[in-house]
Amino acid sequence: MALKIDARDVSVYFGDAQILHNINLGIEEKAVTAIIGPSGCGKTTFLRTLNRLNDLSPDFRMEGKILLGGENIYQTDPIMLRRRVGMVFQKPNPFPMSIFDNVAYGLRLQGIKDKRLLQEKVKTALIAAGLWEEVQNRLSSNAFDLSGGQQQRLCIARAIAVDPEVLLMDEPTSALDPAATSRVEELILGLKKNYTIVLVTHNMYQAARVSDFTAFLLSGYLVEFNKTDIIFTNPKDERTQRYVTGKFG
Amino acid sequence: MLNERVSEINSLLSEMGGLVEDAIVKAIRTMAEKDPTDADQIIEDLEPRINELEKRIDEECLITLARYQPVAHDLRRVVAVLKIDKDLERMGDHCENIARRAKEIIKEPLLKPLIDLPRMAETAQEITKEALDSFFKEDTHLARQAIEKDVLVDQLQEQIIRELMSYVLADPRNINKALDLIFTSKDLERISDLATNIAEETFFLVEGSDIRHMGPKDQRKNESL
Repeated sequence: MALKIDARDVSVYFGDAQILHNINLGIEEKAVTAIIGPSGCGKTTFLRTLNRLNDLSPDFRMEGKILLGGENIYQTDPIMLRRRVGMVFQKPNPFPMSIFDNVAYGLRLQGIKDKRLLQEKVKTALIAAGLWEEVQNRLSSNAFDLSGGQQQRLCIARAIAVDPEVLLMDEPTSALDPAATSRVEELILGLKKNYTIVLVTHNMYQAARVSDFTAFLLSGYLVEFNKTDIIFTNPKDERTQRYVTGKFG
Repeated sequence: MLNERVSEINSLLSEMGGLVEDAIVKAIRTMAEKDPTDADQIIEDLEPRINELEKRIDEECLITLARYQPVAHDLRRVVAVLKIDKDLERMGDHCENIARRAKEIIKEPLLKPLIDLPRMAETAQEITKEALDSFFKEDTHLARQAIEKDVLVDQLQEQIIRELMSYVLADPRNINKALDLIFTSKDLERISDLATNIAEETFFLVEGSDIRHMGPKDQRKNESL
């Protein structure tokens, strides 16, 4: 297994407040890495450093570096970076347009105009997101007509349509019911064959179910990072032990 | 996710059961054929592999419990497997006992021709197979069949002890040879008991009922409830 993302001594500040403290974390290629920790521990901030979404905050400052395939992402064009690193958010956020256009959106931004190629890529993305069977006969319907779970899978299809290398998922099932959650979790397991996935979740059972590796953050520090099997059966740090057993957080 | 884990655990348990069945057959064959090859294979290969599988299955079950929090039928399955692999491991130990003893026994002429011991071993192996099959197929009828065969093993053991005692009474110098065969029958009887424990776990898996430590009559009454 090779490292896809390598965060080295990453510290993040918003104004005077330090949110992340010297995070060193290697994310394996084509595996699911979960980031868990109590609210406010910095897990979403860390995720957003991986595709430079924090850059949008004027008082954001970062030290250290993040390598994507060996390349420092803070020395590359953020727009190009976000093509390589897709993101799925907590709440499904389809665009107010048709199902087809949602998935084709990023492809069109990439300059793809050929109708057949667009159709082909949209279909491939919808199949990969496990949504094709449900929407193939209503691709021109408005995306808001879909259920919450379907909307989230549509957002995943939109993210993978542009063929990113990494998928960042920020609590992707927290707005979904158990059945829809289960479908998205199965989808995550299927997607890791082709993508490197970083999953932020406040639901540690989800991390246990779907991830290969788990990082536990606490107050901006990386407390422990290991194989998920070990984090949930024999964590090395007392604080991880207390968190995964529900004694705090 | 959980289904894949359970299927992996089942496959490991099936492999472990297969090794135990093989060990039972080979243990008694050492005596019947007066050839230590099978005994050596049990001691050097089968029993260590059975031990390793026990550890591997335990670890898989531990990870499954921690990561997937199985409930109801899935939980009963994992808990049952954790007990079954202990039973199989103990059965492997008994096979090793027989194998080690057999290697000594065959160095000298046997006290008597082996008739009932091979029958005991055959029945113990059948019970083991049926018990494991009943667990994998979730078939309580097959489990009941396995449990009821244990009586036959107990009867054979009593018969063996009675017969061997007559040899000892006729000539006390036979005592060592007789004791070796009695201990062997005891190992087979324990193997059979442990196999019936596995069959009892089938009831726990399928019905959630605990039929351990009940006599056959009470067990049947419990099943009809």
